[in-house]
Parts: sequence; C-alpha cells; structure tokens
Amino acid sequence: MSPADTTTSVAAPVSASRAVEPPARHRGALARLVRAELALVLGRRRNLVLLVGLALVPLLLGVVLYLAQDTALAGQGPPFVSRVTGNGLFLVVASLFLCTPFLLPLTIGIASGDAIAGEASAGTLRYLLVVPVGRGRLLAVKALGALVFAAAAVLAIAVVGLVVGAALFGVGDLTLLSGSTVPLGDGVLRVAGVVAYVGLSMTGLVAVGLFFSTLTEVPVGAMAATVVVAVVSSVLDQLPQLAAIHPALLTHHWFDFAEMLRVVPSADVLAQGLAVQAGWVVVFGALAWARFTTADVTS
Amino acid sequence: MTATLRAAAPAVPQAGVVTDDAIRTHALTKRFRTGQVAVDGIDLVVPRGAVYGFLGPNGSGKTTTIRMLLGLVAPTSGRVELLGEPVPQRAAHVLPRVGALVEGPAFQPYLSGRANLARLDAVDASTDPRTARARAEAALERVGLTAAADKRYRQYSLGMKQRLGLAAALLRPRDLLVLDEPTNGLDPQGTREVRHLVRELADGGTTVLVSSHLLAEIEQVCTHVGIMGRGHLLLQGPRTELTARRAARIAVRTLADRADAAATELRRLALDDVTADRPVADGTVTVSAAVRDDAGPAPQDVTAALVRADVPVVGVDVRRPSLEDVFVELTGEGFDVAR
Repeated sequence: MSPADTTTSVAAPVSASRAVEPPARHRGALARLVRAELALVLGRRRNLVLLVGLALVPLLLGVVLYLAQDTALAGQGPPFVSRVTGNGLFLVVASLFLCTPFLLPLTIGIASGDAIAGEASAGTLRYLLVVPVGRGRLLAVKALGALVFAAAAVLAIAVVGLVVGAALFGVGDLTLLSGSTVPLGDGVLRVAGVVAYVGLSMTGLVAVGLFFSTLTEVPVGAMAATVVVAVVSSVLDQLPQLAAIHPALLTHHWFDFAEMLRVVPSADVLAQGLAVQAGWVVVFGALAWARFTTADVTS
Repeated sequence: MTATLRAAAPAVPQAGVVTDDAIRTHALTKRFRTGQVAVDGIDLVVPRGAVYGFLGPNGSGKTTTIRMLLGLVAPTSGRVELLGEPVPQRAAHVLPRVGALVEGPAFQPYLSGRANLARLDAVDASTDPRTARARAEAALERVGLTAAADKRYRQYSLGMKQRLGLAAALLRPRDLLVLDEPTNGLDPQGTREVRHLVRELADGGTTVLVSSHLLAEIEQVCTHVGIMGRGHLLLQGPRTELTARRAARIAVRTLADRADAAATELRRLALDDVTADRPVADGTVTVSAAVRDDAGPAPQDVTAALVRADVPVVGVDVRRPSLEDVFVELTGEGFDVAR
C-alpha cells in the first residue's frame, strides 16, 4: 500500500466504508431461493415421514385386498375399493378416495401451517427478512414449497398405488362407473386426471394453511386450525339446511374426481370444482399477503 | 436559501450531511397494540465508523429499536435512516450492506451450521452463487467454527450458536453491523474474541452498533454510547464525554479513628460530596470526595495536605466514573435488572 493510499483510508473513513458495491440482483436469484426452500421442505425428516405414511395407505390397502380377495367379502366395501382386485389401476383411485377426507388434509395442514409459523417459532424468520428478502417474495416461495409438498403427498399415494396395484392385481382395460370399458391407455390417462384433480383440490387448503401460518408463531396452532377448517367444511357439507352454501365449501367438490371415470367427463363439473379452489386460493392468498407484508415480526 | 430549506424540513437540520451517519432516527416511536410504548421518540445518531454501545436494561426498548432499524417492526411514528437510506422503504437496497444479530442466534435446528449459512446466502439475491461456498467457509473460519461446521445446529452449545450467528452477520463485507447481545452465552475467552472481532471490523471501516446488558464488556470497545431506559434514549454521545459528565472521585484510605479528621481536611480543601464508607476488617476506612480535573487541588496536593493535618494515609486512589456509574445515575437503578 502506497503512502497515498494510507492517507486516503485514514482521512476518509466514509469512502472506505463504502467499499461494498451497491447490491445487484444476480440472475437466477429466485431459482436459487426456490431450490433452497424445496431442499428444506423435502429434506426435512418430519415431512418425509408424512410422505411415507401416506404411501403406506395404498400398500396396506393393496395387501389387505389381495389377501382377502377369495373371501365372501370380495366385491363389497366403499366405492372404488371393490374394483381394485379387478384392475390394479383402481388401487390409485381407491387410496386417494380414502385419504382425501382426512389424511391428505392433515398432511397438507402440517406443511402449510408450518410454512411461516415454523420459521417464526424457530426465530429464523427475522434472519431471512434482514438478509434481506422481500416479504411478498418469501411468502410466494413458502407457498410454492407447500404446494410442491402437497403435490408430493398426492403423488406418493398415486405412485405407490400404481406400483402395488399393478404388482398384485395387474392392470388392464378400465371399466368405467357406467360399466363400459376403455382401453388401458385411456384408463391410465383418466387415473392421471383423477390424481391431478385431487392435487388441485388441495390448493385452497394450502392457501388457508398459509394464511393461518402468518397469524401465529405457534406452528401447531396453524396446522390444527387448517385441519379444522377442512373437517368443519365436510361437516357443513352434510347439513341439508346449508345447501345454499355447499357449492362454495372448500371440500364440497373434492370427490368430483369421479367425473374422470365417466364415459364423457363433464367439463362443467370439473371446472366448477377447480373454480371454487381458485376462489379460496385468491381470498386466502390475499389475506396471507396482506397480513404478512404488514405484520411486525417480533418473533 | 439555507433558511428556506431548514424551514421546509425542520425535522432534518442540515439535510445534506445526514448521509454521513450510519444510523439516524427521528422521533422514532413504537406503541404496541397493547398500548405499551416500547420506544418513545428517540433520535439515535450513530456516526460512520463508530462503535456504538447501545445500552440499557432488558425491557428498555433496545431490541424493539433494533427491529425497527432493520425493518422488522414498523414504527408507529418517526423515521429511520440506515446508511443514508430510509427504512423500511429502501430496506431491500440497504440491508445487504448490513449484518445483524437480533435477539440471539436462530437457525434451522436440523441443518448443519454450514447448511444454514448456505441457506441464508441463497436467500440473498445480491450475492454471487459461484462464491457462496467460499463465503461460508471464510465466515466460519473467522468465528472459529470450521471444525463444527457439519454438526447439526441443534447439537451446538450456546457459544457455538452465538458464533454461527456472528458468521451469518459476516457472510459478506458489511458497512454496518448491528449486534444485539453478541457476547451472550460466550465464555470469557469467547467474549474477548468478540471484542477483538468488533475492534478489527471497526478498524476496517465498518460501523458497529452493539447492544449489551454487560457494561464492562462493551465499555472497552465502544467509541460512542447511547443509554436507553424505559423507552427513552436517556443520553448519547462519545463515550469519553459521557463519563466526563460525572466527576472523578478521590478515595483516601486511612485508619478508622482518623476518618473524621480526614473528612474535615477534605472539606477544608473545598472538595464536594465528602463521604466515608464503613470501616473494614483491617481497621481502615475509605473517605472519598469529588474532584475535578480542571479546578481544585491535584491528588498529590490532597495527599500532602492530609499528611500535614496528621491524617495517616494508607492509600490514595482517583476513581474515574464508569459507564455503569453514569447509567445508575441516570436510571436510578442497577443495570442488570433482568439478568
């Protein structure tokens, strides 16, 4: 260092302290943030246990049906379940049917309720925000993480259901609800449609969970509240006195995935179910955004 | 022209030089929804290059102030300028230049120290991903955590957690560091290292705001001090000026039966605030009085006068006031209220 440099650094500490370049946004920064979030969500042991738990449903169901298929009970039971022994593809549908009312909402409630509240409770939220990362951006990435986990949950059931179903019962031409049969290729597409519809049916619940997650520093509270919303919605859906509000309920259209198994699936029915989910996503996504972008972070 | 400018912006005298301060707040106030006023109209001024000791007992509003500085908590009223930029409006622009440790370290418990740093680095849109690994290694090295980098955070001791928090604050070069209780949980050796680190960073031109409830630890490194009490900034300024506000005291140790004679002689020398402590076991007593550097007798003259007055002088000591003395004087209470 020359004497001139020394003089400068001593005489002008202000300019020396501005040696850090003005921050620029690196290309691919958002992708990096998303990758970090997905690694966190999908790498967490608790979440993997949840996925394994869901994957056990088709496995156990398949094994039970396989062992019991010669008994007098064969062909009886809930919808779809009775068809599994005839075509392994139905194990996917039957497993989703059994998981949709409670296990899937529970899993999704845990993942989405944890999204913000988990960071707040660990104290890491304040450190993320001072890095800094914009609150809207962080919320969007957290929502994406919860959605990816919801998709992973549905896919865990579907993939294991397909593998176990094919192994135990074989797959073939698919017999639709009306009794008519479509070729295997068409059948696989229709079951894929069922999986996609169930996955999209969970987006509203993800938004609800995300909103609750912005309200509290206690993740368990947000998780429980999310599951309660799904349960209460199902209960209200049972009351004929409330028929007027049924179409807008979060859970009302969840079982419309059966539409995929009709000879000509009704686009109207499917679109209505997806529109209701979109409505819940918009409302609760907006609430979550409004809350999270303005709330004091005191955790 | 100048007059017009001042009239237009009365809250910002000399608006042109505001950017020379690393932190500046104007009547910053936070009233929580419960009605509690945590921070009440404070005007914090942290000059660039300063090591600013932000002191006050727990609950005095330090952490709420720090949260407002960093855009985590919205002020009820008042303004914040960080490195010349308004916060929270320009937080995204200015915060990459600010490293912070807020109310203790916090990381994902089931990730390793290294993975936690990598995560924070990935969140920062303004860092170059190609040098992420090198940055994390350098930060770990700097706080002496390289050997434990692959342990899960939950297995860290409190001191290691604190070090990782410092590493996160040092992930990239910073113009300003905001360190809330950085020595909490560290052993004496760790505390010395943090002091050394703060000094080193300050020498490199980084402004440091460091809060602490342990006055003695912070007193040694800071150039400026601000003292909070019950939401108010009671006092701030260069450290030497603050302690100079309170007079030094000359303490004369003499034999217990000559305490009165010593006190009389000190009063005769026109010294103020003469007090005698209780006698101690070895039969001596300490009689003290306020002395001023710029007026009155020098310590050696006091000693000579005492000897002439036939007061046996066992020992003489001039005690400079510490920050703690200033603090106790201002708040009327001990510092470690909630320790």
